[in-house]
Formats: sequence, C-alpha cells, structure tokens
Amino acid sequence: MSYSQTQAKSGAGYSAGVQDYRLTYYAPDYTPRDTDILAAFRMTPQPGVPPEECAAAVAAESSTGTWTTVWTDLLTDMDRYRGRCYDIEPVPGEDNQYIAYVAYPLDLFEEGSVTNLLTSIVGNVFGFKALRALRLEDLRIPVAYLKTFQGPPHGIQVERDRMNKYGRPMLGCTIKPKLGLSAKNYGRAVYECLRGGLDFTKDDENINSQPFQRWRDRFLFVADAIHKSQAETGELKGHYLNVTAHTCEEMLKRAEYAKELEMPIIMHDFLTAGFTANTTLSHWCRDNGLLLHIHRAMHAVLDRQKNHGIHFRVLAKCLRMSGGDHIHTGTVVGKLEGDRAATLGFVDLLRENYIEQDKSRGVYFTQDWASMPGVMAVASGGIHVWHMPALVEIFGDDSVLQFGGGTLGHPWGNAPGATANRVALEACVQARNEGRNLAREGGDILREAGKWSPELAAALDLWKEIKFEFDTVDTI
Amino acid sequence: MKTLPKERRYETLSYLPPLTDQQIEKQLNYCLQMGYIPAVEFNENSNPEEYYWTMWKLPLFGATSTRSVLDEVQACRSEYGNCFIRVVGFDNVKQCQAVSFIVHKPGSNSNSSGYRY
Repeated sequence: MSYSQTQAKSGAGYSAGVQDYRLTYYAPDYTPRDTDILAAFRMTPQPGVPPEECAAAVAAESSTGTWTTVWTDLLTDMDRYRGRCYDIEPVPGEDNQYIAYVAYPLDLFEEGSVTNLLTSIVGNVFGFKALRALRLEDLRIPVAYLKTFQGPPHGIQVERDRMNKYGRPMLGCTIKPKLGLSAKNYGRAVYECLRGGLDFTKDDENINSQPFQRWRDRFLFVADAIHKSQAETGELKGHYLNVTAHTCEEMLKRAEYAKELEMPIIMHDFLTAGFTANTTLSHWCRDNGLLLHIHRAMHAVLDRQKNHGIHFRVLAKCLRMSGGDHIHTGTVVGKLEGDRAATLGFVDLLRENYIEQDKSRGVYFTQDWASMPGVMAVASGGIHVWHMPALVEIFGDDSVLQFGGGTLGHPWGNAPGATANRVALEACVQARNEGRNLAREGGDILREAGKWSPELAAALDLWKEIKFEFDTVDTI
Repeated sequence: MKTLPKERRYETLSYLPPLTDQQIEKQLNYCLQMGYIPAVEFNENSNPEEYYWTMWKLPLFGATSTRSVLDEVQACRSEYGNCFIRVVGFDNVKQCQAVSFIVHKPGSNSNSSGYRY
C-alpha cells in the first residue's frame, strides 16, 4: 500500500522555480488518516492572499516545504511526508479569518518528543510573510503517537492513593511574600498553613535559589514543617518544592535532595524551562516516586492574543504528553461564559480519557488519550472562601484549589485561615453530596458552617460575598 | 483573635462536626447514586502512614439501600468501639477508590465529639 493518497506532483522531472503552495499542500479531497496529527489553525491572511494559498503555505512551512523547488525533493516520496491542508472554514463574524485544518503524517515527528512536535508545527510558520496572524487552536494527537509518551508521572488516581485524599478537591496555598523571606521564616509559614488543614503549600514560581534563601535551606525547613504538621494533624501533607533551575543537572540535583528528605511532590515551570527539561524531570519523577506540580509562567505570552499564538489547550495537551501531575488552569470564577466554556473544555482534555469534539468549548477534535493518566487541574489566584461553592461546582473533585491571599490574609493568621478554607470546602462537599445546589445555596451553606466554626466566621466577615451566576456573554 | 488549637484530623469531612447517623446515610446515598461500592474499615490508630485499615467483612457489593450499609457501620461500631471507623467507596469503572470519610472515633458515641467541632 502506498502512503500517498493523492498523486505525486514530482513524477515529471525537475523544473526549478517558485511554485504556488496550493498545488502541493492544499488537498481538500484528502481524508485524514487515524495516525495523522491534526492541527486547527486560526489564520488571518495578509490582504489579497487567497485563503487556500495561505493555508497551503501553513501546511508547507510546518512540514516539508521550502519557498522554492529543490532538486533533492525528487530523491524522496514527498507525498509520504508533506502536511496537507484538508479543510478551511471561515470564522463567523470575522471578514478575513479562517480555521485551517492541517494533517501531518506520523513519520514527521520523533517518538516521545513534544519538543520536536512543536518545533515543526509552531516553528517558522508563525513568522511567515503571507500571514497577518496565526494561532494554533488545537491538536489531535493520534493514539499511535500518544503511545510513545509516558504522560503524567503518576496521574490523578495514584496521587489520591498516595496522599490519602478522597472524594473532595484538595487545598493549596502559595507562600507569600513570594520573594524575600528567610528559609526558616518561610518554613514557619508552611507549617502554619498545613497544620490548619491545607493539603499542600507551594513555592512561588519566582523562588529558585536566590541570595536571601538558597534552595537547600528552603528544602530543609519545609521538610521539617511537613513532618511536624503531619505528625500533629494525622493527615498527609506536601509542599511543591520548586526545582526549576538554570541547567537540567542542577534541576535533577535539587529533585534528588527532595527525594532524600522524603518529600512527596516537587514543582517545575514547564514553559520557561522548556519541554525537554520537563520531560526529563517527569521521567525522573516516575522513576523516583515523586509527584510533579507544573506551573505555567509565560503562558499568557503565547495564549493571550485571540488571533495569534498558541491556545492554552494545546499547551495543556502537550504538558499531559510531556508529563506533570498538576497544572494551573485559571480559576474561571468571575470570567465570562465563553472563557468558562473554553477553560472547562481544556480541563476535560487534561483529566478525562475520551473527549468528544465540541467547538463551542474550543475542542476542535475528538481526543482519545488511550488510558494515559490524567492531570489534576489547579485553580489559583484571587480566590477566597466565598468562591468555594462555585469552585467545587465548576472543578469537581479532581482539582487543587489554591487560596494564597485567601489563606494568609486571614485576620488571625495562616492556620485559622487554612481551617476556614477547609471547613468551607468540606461543608460544600457535604452539601453537594446531600443533593443541595451549590450555585444557588452556596452562601447559605457557608453561613451555616460559620455558626460553629469561628475561623470560617472571621473569614466570611473579612471578604465580601460574591454572587455566582452563569451569564451568557462571550463567544469562542 | 484566636490561636488554632492542635487537633488530630481524619481526612475528608473530619473538619465538620461528627456526622450523625442521618448525615452518614445521606453520604451513603451519594455513594450508591454514583455507583460506588461501599465498604467499612476500622483501625486502632489513625497514623497517616498506614494506608490500610482492616476491612469490616467484605465490601457491600449488593447494597441497594443506605440502611443496609448503615447497619454494618453500627455493627462495626458496637464491636470495635475502641477503633477508628471510616466508610470508603470503590469505583469499579475507574478501578479505584473514590470516597473515604470518618464515621467513628474511639471514646465517642455517635453524638459526642473527639475533637472541637
């Protein structure tokens, strides 16, 4: 059987020169193969460039194409390797924007390498002159390619079993101020949070190993905080020790030390450190039994513009392939409906095994993860106890809810702040399981619990009640 | 301002006042609705490093009513009142444990508390 489904253009002999991309790379009759990697690009051509030519250029530049014909093209079967634009859809409401669908043959990519995948698909093409803007909206990763990745080092279920946390979201907190604390003072803040009832605390992503707090000192004091709070409360605790470093060797050295201290989890910044480093660390974590929390600094540089860059759902999928047990997803509360739907779309892509295509949620392709473990969604930033009912309702159990200011900003300190959040969380979980509606009754549920928990009452007093309503405004 | 007292805790739902039998039944109802298989387990201590507590009989595979599960909780409580007792739920579709909550602590009957709340 031939790999090619359309006729090769190269049979007639070599003629030098520049050829329209669409002759080779636009193939509307092509039916994507089950093993193809599929991409959906939001494409804005330069004025006057026909969408077919532009989309073909995208397919060409992200696979086998060069701007001019070269004689060595004739030494290979280009049909076997070229990417093909197989469909173009105009974006409703935009006069010059299209979703271009491109299929890439599996052989273009090295096994187990997110780095290689992205170098091709979001490489030179993004600077291409015929384009005004280009955004990678989604990728369909075929099972054949997925099976060359190990994915998350442990996944949601193993984490639950290891940490002994069942039937509820977990609670976290980033220690603040994020820079400037001594290692011992930092460890104290960790201890107070954990003894109050949090499951995890977190290094800020900016904390690596600065002059005021070297990494080894931090690790030592944090380990003490964890062991002490665990012994006192009788519950398992963790702190995301940030091992992100300037070289992979240093990163692994720090990870080894966390293991030596019997820490359950470490953390990494996957975009600033890069996918190669992340995959290395993920493999190390699986081999050594440490969970891996993933921060996403730099994501907004890539995903914020609506018409250019890479949507976060693609970065999230890449992370699931490269490996991580947690990843930050945003909190959703307070956002518009469209953002909410899109966020929940990629939260599904992170956690579930089989996700149906649903363009209203930004899921352009049906994705089968072939039993690859799921990634816990982390909601962090600007949230407090009054958000708890909404967060439990939106994120469900397989999530980590991180209240930074919402824990440390409690008028009585970290431990009571942690207890306030834990009581609020458990009151919401209990109520949900009893069949009560968190969206409608959330405020009442918290106020009832505040009657017997003075820590929660003080928190409810300090922060303002927020209304949680599903309003439909934005579009995808 | 108050200092948070040092207290032992027992994971999910242990920051709430001790569950009454009626409240336990509502949680059991949720387990059954979700299709989980409930089980009762007990242990002499609540050391967090001990993953396994001793099973009270076998998981209740055929349970259709919350009453039948609660009966087992009560039977376990009368025989092992000096132990910690929790209800767990197994999800045999996802092939994992999905639920765990504390229902009894040594030295407390179902209505008084071993801790503050």
